[in-house]
Amino acid sequence: MKNLIDLEKKINSELTTKINKTEIKHNQIYVEIEKDDLIDVTLFIKTNKDCKFKQLIDITVVDYPEHSQRFKIVYMFLSHEFNQRMILTYYINENELISSLTSIFPSANWMEREVFDMYGVNFKDHPDLRRILTDYGFEGHPLRKDFPLTGHTEVRYSEDKKKVINEPVKLEQNYRNFDYESPWEGTKYIKEQTDNNDKKN
Amino acid sequence: MTKKIKNLNLNFGPQHPAAHGVLRLILELDGEVVEKADPHIGLLHRGTEKLIENKTYMQAVPYFDRLDYVAPMNQEHAFALAVEKILKIEVPIRAQLIRVMFCEIGRILSHILNVTTQALDVGALTPSLWGFEERETLMTFYERASGSRLHANYFRAGGVHQDLPAGLEADILKFCESFPKIINDLENLLTDNRIFKQRNVDIGIVSKDDALDHSFSGVMLRGSGVPWDLRKSQPYDCYNQLDFKIPIGKNGDCYDRYLCRIEEMKESVSIIKQCLSKMEKGPIKSFDGKISPPSKKEIKQSMEALIHHFKLFTEGYRVPKDEIYTAVEAPKGEFGVYLISDGSSKPYKCKIRAPGFSHLQSMDYLIKGHMLADVPAVLGSLDIVFGEVDR
Repeated sequence: MKNLIDLEKKINSELTTKINKTEIKHNQIYVEIEKDDLIDVTLFIKTNKDCKFKQLIDITVVDYPEHSQRFKIVYMFLSHEFNQRMILTYYINENELISSLTSIFPSANWMEREVFDMYGVNFKDHPDLRRILTDYGFEGHPLRKDFPLTGHTEVRYSEDKKKVINEPVKLEQNYRNFDYESPWEGTKYIKEQTDNNDKKN
Repeated sequence: MTKKIKNLNLNFGPQHPAAHGVLRLILELDGEVVEKADPHIGLLHRGTEKLIENKTYMQAVPYFDRLDYVAPMNQEHAFALAVEKILKIEVPIRAQLIRVMFCEIGRILSHILNVTTQALDVGALTPSLWGFEERETLMTFYERASGSRLHANYFRAGGVHQDLPAGLEADILKFCESFPKIINDLENLLTDNRIFKQRNVDIGIVSKDDALDHSFSGVMLRGSGVPWDLRKSQPYDCYNQLDFKIPIGKNGDCYDRYLCRIEEMKESVSIIKQCLSKMEKGPIKSFDGKISPPSKKEIKQSMEALIHHFKLFTEGYRVPKDEIYTAVEAPKGEFGVYLISDGSSKPYKCKIRAPGFSHLQSMDYLIKGHMLADVPAVLGSLDIVFGEVDR
């Protein structure tokens, strides 16, 4: 599709039941779907002649610990033919399994491994789900909001044991996270926004 | 009598001069032929994304220098653009030109490093000696503008940190005059060099469709003949006012990628010249006092400026709630920032999309069936820097 509005219409009409929400902003299309429709929707946008989102740019997760559905899974696609970007999202609970895209996009392999490593989200039928960025034998999922910035363990070479060992983190001084946020009015547009929100409430 | 021969597993790295950093590559060899390659990455993982979530928007910028540390400002550019789009602020033209100019300098920095070290990996020492001399000059330009040779921390949302010092523009122009000769010298050494060609032509061929499927971008995509460059197709800053060409390869092998990089350097020189000729005196950052810090002079005279300065460097500026993906054409490919802001002065989430990550992932696909000696050649042409792969 030549422009995003047509694309939005097209997606909404062809995939009616599978689409929860669509939105166009920043010259990109944001699509929200249900977890179970991922494979269908991806195949559609990859192969349909009016979409041709042939490249998977990245997969990531956003952690909202306070939401009822904790993780928002985000897929970014790019269509070279039509020069468009799509951001596909859905929400899942903490221990839910999700489908892997590796059969459609080979490049999803490492991206899903990274998601698994950083957020502990599990994929079914992923060919090789190992940790990727963290150390061998690492525990925990660092990008979750409840994982402390300083981590749990630190690594050092022990002269006694003649090997590298893991120990609980000991800091001379704790990480100082000052709260500078103040009721300072903020810039104009934020003020407008908060005012609008207040009106709504 | 037949004897069963077991495949040999070979550990390539984590400390290997041809691994371009800390890569542990586990190769399964049948004789000298590579059957399988399993790259183990993460040895340089520093948790950049986690750190950024805990810093204000201004404090996040230096982390971007440390991703692809051979072309630092290109990364900062992606982040600055993402924040600017959410804040909806205009960048003055002079700042745009300065940013584009330094991004192109970054591109040359990165391509010199890649082309010459790739030559080094396949046995040519001289190019790296010649090339690194030029990199040194370019890094001096970085230093004169930002105060640091590598970790510049120069781009801000809304412009750049400070104006160029006197005389820098003239010196960059002088460099642009002399540098094409160096590219020619490098080409004389490499382009028709028999050994260089034997080691690179028809090695690591990527077809168009595979390049797309494997999420390739930048030279890896263009080398395979896909005409795609974000500077042209989704222009940011003032790229749409500049005149430049996008070199494209034909065969998608290591040699074509080398040729693309050489041509891109020539185009970059031309872009830098155009930026210099367009550059006029003017502001270098946004006038919005709630986002750009005031000048030292103002701080001395105005109470309001002093308060702004204090608030900007303690609390930082607040960014309204939004979600955005912004990408730039970094020397290695599409470098993207997926930013979620929540109205506070710190990003809620900042995912960095590094081109090298998906390139390195395809190592197994690229190297299967090649000889062991081709591993460094392919790895060299992927243009891997571990700062961005491991984040």
